[in-house]
Amino acid sequence: MAGTDHAPPPFFKRGPAPLALLTFYVAISLALFVVDLRLKSLDLLRQSIALVTDPIQRIAQTPGSLVDNALGYLRGLDDLLEENASLKQTQLQTAPNLQRLEHLESENERLRKLLAVKEREKAKGEVARIMYTARDPFSHKIIVDKGQQSGIVAGQPAIDESGVVGQVTRTFPFSSEITLITDKDQTVPVQVVRSGQRSVVFGLGKGQLELRYIPANADIQEGDLLVTSGLDGVYLPGFPVARVVSIEREHSYAFARILCAPVAAVENFGEVLVLSPRQAQAPRPPEASGRIGNTGAPVKSGDK
Amino acid sequence: MQPTFSSSRILLPVRPWFIVFSLLAALLLNFLPTAHWPGIPDWVALVLCFWSIREPRRVGMGWAFVLGLMMDVADGAALGQHCLAYVLLAYIAASQSRRILWFPLAQQALQVLPMLLASQFIQLAMRMLAGADFPGWGFLIGPLIATFLWIPATFLLLLPQYQPVERDENRPL
Repeated sequence: MAGTDHAPPPFFKRGPAPLALLTFYVAISLALFVVDLRLKSLDLLRQSIALVTDPIQRIAQTPGSLVDNALGYLRGLDDLLEENASLKQTQLQTAPNLQRLEHLESENERLRKLLAVKEREKAKGEVARIMYTARDPFSHKIIVDKGQQSGIVAGQPAIDESGVVGQVTRTFPFSSEITLITDKDQTVPVQVVRSGQRSVVFGLGKGQLELRYIPANADIQEGDLLVTSGLDGVYLPGFPVARVVSIEREHSYAFARILCAPVAAVENFGEVLVLSPRQAQAPRPPEASGRIGNTGAPVKSGDK
Repeated sequence: MQPTFSSSRILLPVRPWFIVFSLLAALLLNFLPTAHWPGIPDWVALVLCFWSIREPRRVGMGWAFVLGLMMDVADGAALGQHCLAYVLLAYIAASQSRRILWFPLAQQALQVLPMLLASQFIQLAMRMLAGADFPGWGFLIGPLIATFLWIPATFLLLLPQYQPVERDENRPL
């Protein structure tokens, strides 16, 4: 019991040693980092912390939106009249196409029924306002003002008036995060409109996209429009994604290096349409047990 | 609390609510849309560093960790990125606090610069290792600006602790 007599009185206690605390916190941080990036299973933690940070973020955004509103209020009447006139003109110009579109869609539907092909899915969605760009300088994400309360789930594609903007990657109760197609980890399966060739377009992270795995001798030109191919079961087919900007063909590589620019104004503020998730796709046909797969995985017979 | 080498003024004790208030204000500043402009410093890192040096027994790694988590979630960054950077920043600042406070303000700022740079570098290294793309050198300008802001920040954050100078005509001291 001699040890207790010589223990320092409690008012000298300062908690654990700094180095021990440091080790503890660093270990937790590293564990969080690895689990978040590799396993992506911390969404509940994120959502609960977001409940605290979200109000602060909304407060921080108010001055900017107030200035925006004030500027909009102060815009001249002339500007608005001019804009109104030009909008009316474009509406008139697109009217014939739109009027015939409905007719064409119904005709298409009827023909598809005749041919017993599955009907095309109609695009439905929810308009969401872009609140702000995520502050993280390493990625390209935007935050919109619709979240789980509006039934948004991760994976839904988002478009604006000219093309695909990105994909919802995280949802919070009142907001959700959309990763832009120009983000480095983002991929979109596309089809070249002119030639019908399918490929996958990868974000490069600098406002550019790259079309990969296209052979150097493939039929592709500058200015070709890429639309979603719809093969992934996420994006509906036919939405414009990007336009080919430059093609480098080098004989030392098997593939051409094709850079594209997004069609949609992906880095601007405004409004996006978050498309509702696609209907469940037909299950993939089971691989024939006799076929030799190129995946290298052992093929189990009778496993169907 | 601690009169510095350069100033003979004795400060009032710090009020805990003011520390909390200043950290929350820094968080709010970080969330402003101005954060995208190049060279805007990480306000939370600056204020956290300041309090870790001034009051290492009140603001420590616990605060750093919680603020880091909030920054990570609000940024849409990887969880643990700001946490690790801030915790290390708080640790280094607290361990150097006795020494740094002996220097005049300009030299204090010079010693704060490597700490802030290190916290930014840690985030850069973590994300680059995880496969993110390089955000550009503008990412490292923030700490430089923060260093220039060290003197005004010290003035502002110590403002509630100054006491009025009473001069007595009849007393020489």
